[in-house]
Amino acid sequence: MAEVRLDHLSKRYGTTHVLPDVTLTINEGELFAIVGPSGCGKSTLLNLLAGLDQPTSGRILFDGDDVTGLEPRERDIALVFQSYALYPHMTVRGNLAFPLEVTKRRHGFDRRRIEEEVQKVAGFLGLGPLLDRKPRELSGGQRQRVALGRALIRKPRVFLMDEPLSNLDAKLRGAMRAELRRLHEELKITTIYVTHDQTEAMTLADRLVVFNRGEVQQIDHPHEIYARPANVFVAGFMGYPPMNLLDAHRENQTLQAGPLGLPFSETRSSHLLDQPLTMGIRPEAVAITPTAVTGEETVSGVVRLVEPAGAGMWVTVDLHDAQDITVIGLAEVDFVPNVGDMVSVSVGRSPVHLFDRATGQRIHSA
Amino acid sequence: MSHLSERAWGYLLAAPAFVLLGFVALAPIGAAVWLSLYRRMPVFGIDEFIGAANYVQLWSDDRFWAACRVTLYFTTLSITAELVLGFGMALLLDRLTSQPGRSSQWGQVMILLPWAVPTVVSAQIWLWLYQPDYGLLNYLLLQVGLINAPIDWLADPDWAIHAAVVMDVWKTTPFAALLLLAGLKALPQDLYAAAKVDGAGPWERFRRITLPLLMPIIVIVLVFRTMDAVRVFDAVFVLTGGGPGNTTETLSIYAYKTLFQTLQFGYGSALATAMFIIVAGLTALYLFLLRRHFEDGV
Amino acid sequence: MSEAMDGRRHDKVRTLRQISLKVGIVLSVGLFCLGPILWQAVTSVKLDQDLVRIPPIFPEQLTLSHYERVLFGSPIAQSLMNSLVVAASATVISIVVGTFCAFALARLPIAGKPIILGLVLSTSMFPPIAVISPLYLLMRELGLRDTLMAVGLTHAVYSLPLAVWLLTSFFRQLPAELYYAARVDGCTPLRALLTIFFPLARPGLAVAALLVFIFSWNEFMFALTLTASDSARTAPVAIALFPGLYEIPWGDIAAASLVVTLPVGALAILFQRHIVAGLTAGSVKG
Repeated sequence: MAEVRLDHLSKRYGTTHVLPDVTLTINEGELFAIVGPSGCGKSTLLNLLAGLDQPTSGRILFDGDDVTGLEPRERDIALVFQSYALYPHMTVRGNLAFPLEVTKRRHGFDRRRIEEEVQKVAGFLGLGPLLDRKPRELSGGQRQRVALGRALIRKPRVFLMDEPLSNLDAKLRGAMRAELRRLHEELKITTIYVTHDQTEAMTLADRLVVFNRGEVQQIDHPHEIYARPANVFVAGFMGYPPMNLLDAHRENQTLQAGPLGLPFSETRSSHLLDQPLTMGIRPEAVAITPTAVTGEETVSGVVRLVEPAGAGMWVTVDLHDAQDITVIGLAEVDFVPNVGDMVSVSVGRSPVHLFDRATGQRIHSA
Repeated sequence: MSHLSERAWGYLLAAPAFVLLGFVALAPIGAAVWLSLYRRMPVFGIDEFIGAANYVQLWSDDRFWAACRVTLYFTTLSITAELVLGFGMALLLDRLTSQPGRSSQWGQVMILLPWAVPTVVSAQIWLWLYQPDYGLLNYLLLQVGLINAPIDWLADPDWAIHAAVVMDVWKTTPFAALLLLAGLKALPQDLYAAAKVDGAGPWERFRRITLPLLMPIIVIVLVFRTMDAVRVFDAVFVLTGGGPGNTTETLSIYAYKTLFQTLQFGYGSALATAMFIIVAGLTALYLFLLRRHFEDGV
Repeated sequence: MSEAMDGRRHDKVRTLRQISLKVGIVLSVGLFCLGPILWQAVTSVKLDQDLVRIPPIFPEQLTLSHYERVLFGSPIAQSLMNSLVVAASATVISIVVGTFCAFALARLPIAGKPIILGLVLSTSMFPPIAVISPLYLLMRELGLRDTLMAVGLTHAVYSLPLAVWLLTSFFRQLPAELYYAARVDGCTPLRALLTIFFPLARPGLAVAALLVFIFSWNEFMFALTLTASDSARTAPVAIALFPGLYEIPWGDIAAASLVVTLPVGALAILFQRHIVAGLTAGSVKG
């Protein structure tokens, strides 16, 4: 267990800055997720943390100790790979025991002690009956467990996971997510979890960092990131379906985005809103209704795409009178629109997110 | 040891190979160049530095130019024959193996055997086949009526080099065929289907699809075989010893005789160095042709 | 009805033609490849008096006397042992050293990999004649002339490029994550090589070892110049210098040829798939 601190960490390959300058702290015992689209530098960051690659500059500190120059095996970390990287020529037992056998001189473990530990981890993960199988005889989920077990057995200071669930099918992924959460509750090992899947990060992590192009966009608790995205990128990346982001400007007491007009409360200091704006509305705050129902804040449009959601349907609508404005909203369970139908679009009372269109940064209400 | 960085480990692990290559391959090359600047004949106790004199002598040495011509002739002829025959063999075997079965394995074993036979042994085999009085070749040719008197293949200045070429072709065509066969098998079959649909006949398909797609492998076969043919020593040395009258004396054989039969280490080294330069030039040329392969591989 | 029968007959004709075509291909390629070897086999069991007359092509009486003389009354038996020692030690040295180097090239962050690989490969293109005289002098200085060690070491070095090339590509085919996993689990690079990569690359190692062994078994020029007596001569040298008192002992030579070819021929047949894979590695892909 350790607190992990990155201090002005940067990585350059040739002339490309993969990570320009990262500073962040991961608390002891935390399950911390690193989220971002592919190519955002999150895997590079993980390799730097593991010691598989060296930073161009900056330091990595575990509990205040500088580990930047240390080899992976000197850092006391464990890493779960996306491909699992199980040793194909060893049995499950061999794979689990490997980290202990390699370092047994340091730990002073003998054969019996290693076997005990293997049994313990195998019991913990339900791998007992599989110990004598080779990795190729296991299912995806079982392999995943072995990979976890191999990482757990050494009780590392820091647990690194590189997209560990992305090779599993959707159903299994949900189950493994719950299991990872349980493991973390029990072991309380500092865990750094890299993923491109924002849902996974949101449901799993205590805190998370959103990365784009090597730069930290926002670090916070999942609900904070959802409720108050720091900029347009975070707003668009986190949450599914993605937030509607519309060009907008202020007209007196209304925020106007194409045909959509929203009144805003007096409490907001209106002088902050004089520049061009980007307005963000979560799809769940947009109601899609049959055209017959008319209200004050209703705009009509044509349905382009329909996607079933748990309670109702996600409906993508091209707004009328504004050719390139498209909005995703939620249709209630009893309303099933078809592609090409005319529908009404109305924005509910839930909070609207406002960003400076030039900088993309959130405008905080005063 | 355990505190070495990964990079240091890399150099450490690569070092033994470089020490060995340095001592047994690179240093001798350097030494050969150095030796070539001396007149050194240990039997007569001669050992003096003469600068480039050996190379001046080389330039006006008719035997050297003759050896160059022989090597070039041997290389061109045998490689052309190997490529053509090897291609034919590969195409035949490809047809044979397009259906699954044991015949493909037998085909491969058959063409592997001449490759596996030691060159010296294949020279002995052909020596016996070429034997003028009881050799099988003369007997068969007489029976068929292609010749009316036995030919002493290896004693005839016109025939000897061709006899050597035939032997080399027998020994090394399988290698060419193997590579080309592997290349043929790797060609995407749907291209042929598409070409058939487009109305291309067998010859068109060969010329427009097989040949261009196989070009990289043809180049590789060409490279490997040229390198071997230019350096040819054992095959011809055992078959003819360079005779009759130096008509089959390749560069390697001439250099070998100068070094170890007349014991002129200086001049022999000059010959060897000249050959090294020729081969290095060819290597550079081929590396240039093959650069794409290197870039992919690294 | 009759049309159907006609069709069936057509099919029969076609398959018959296909089979005969196949047989024809196999026979003609086989005759080209195996004919000379078979003739040597026939020669090796002919009586001495049958050797100097043709026809008949096939002898009426067979004899094993040539084999007997070769194995018990000639330097061939000794040379086979020498070749075995030379080829085995060349294989071991070349594979061990080559494995280390290939692993460094495939997985470790050393500088100038293309240059290193190019350098290694270019040594394989050296004409042996260009290095032979300094090598000869070097071995003489080291007191290794006319020893098996001199020949084995030389063969090991000259097959090193092949081993490095093959093994580098085999190591590259193994997932990099396995190496990273081993390092995170606590391995030094050497330990990762020995415990993870070495066992996984066994098929590749076998291919490289086979090719090195066959190369060393068949090599002639180094073996010829670095040895001077029957105690160190390898099989190809012994065959080339096969002693004949008054006339060339064709029968004995034929027998000796087959005996010397037998080990590599057997390897070629038994491991044909591996050998073909090794010979074509790197040339077909890429």
